Amino acid sequence: MNIVAEILISLALVVSGIFGFVGSYGLIKLKDSVQRLHAPTKATTLGVGGVLIASMIFFYAKTGQVSIHELLITLFLFLTAPITANFIAKTYLARNVEENDVPECMGEYGWSVYCDPPETSSDSSRG
Amino acid sequence: MLTRLIPHPFLSLTLILVWIGLVNKFTLGNLILGTAFGLIIPMLTAAYWPNRPSIARPLKIAEYVLIVLWDIIVANVQVAMIILFKRETEIRSQWIPIPLELTSAEAITVLAGTITMTPGTVSAMLSADGGSILVHCLHTDDPDAIRDEIKSRYERRLLEIFP
Repeated sequence: MNIVAEILISLALVVSGIFGFVGSYGLIKLKDSVQRLHAPTKATTLGVGGVLIASMIFFYAKTGQVSIHELLITLFLFLTAPITANFIAKTYLARNVEENDVPECMGEYGWSVYCDPPETSSDSSRG
Repeated sequence: MLTRLIPHPFLSLTLILVWIGLVNKFTLGNLILGTAFGLIIPMLTAAYWPNRPSIARPLKIAEYVLIVLWDIIVANVQVAMIILFKRETEIRSQWIPIPLELTSAEAITVLAGTITMTPGTVSAMLSADGGSILVHCLHTDDPDAIRDEIKSRYERRLLEIFP
């Protein structure tokens, strides 16, 4: 393996280590659950991304073949991370936040955690 | 005939690409097996995809993905800076309601995911009729600017993709 590949791999690993650390540190430092949610959904994306880039460079330098698994891991991560964050945020809202504490909804209906959805069936395509 | 055989061309294409990615080796056999999955799975699951939105401009998706990827990198650095260098008392978090023009569930899902992955914002919940989205911002002094940026940067592009 040549020296350029090794330097690139080390760089990617160091960057991912820093961001992984910052994400975990954010969990301790920030003060409530929704704030803490910001740390793992973002800072760690680059943390995991760095490791995956390092892995791709490593396998390309070692075997000469492009490895696609890392791209799939990125894809699945981008699909799952926001959904998990959304679940945690909704649970937090339902348990700890009163309806009056969040800004009022601009539409006719209130926020979904506090209000029932409209009963018309014509609106079934909406989330 | 073709639309009945391939009801969801994008789903089929995605399945083929993901299959080739999973086996991590491009051979004819894998391509054929992937194509088989790409044809059979959409047919079997067609019943679970009612009111599927049509995608108007496929090329716009590539542009959108690149913009979001870049924003994710920026978001990482911004959030890291806030975590490392701001004192706890200086972080002013806010809830921001954003009215939506998007109507299809798929488009709203993509927008909510994008908001969560990008600078300092997490999408928390929708209104009961799906007409607005509540966003939590980690640190901001100007919620209106955040709202306008999300609307002009992401929602406008999604409106072009999902008309």
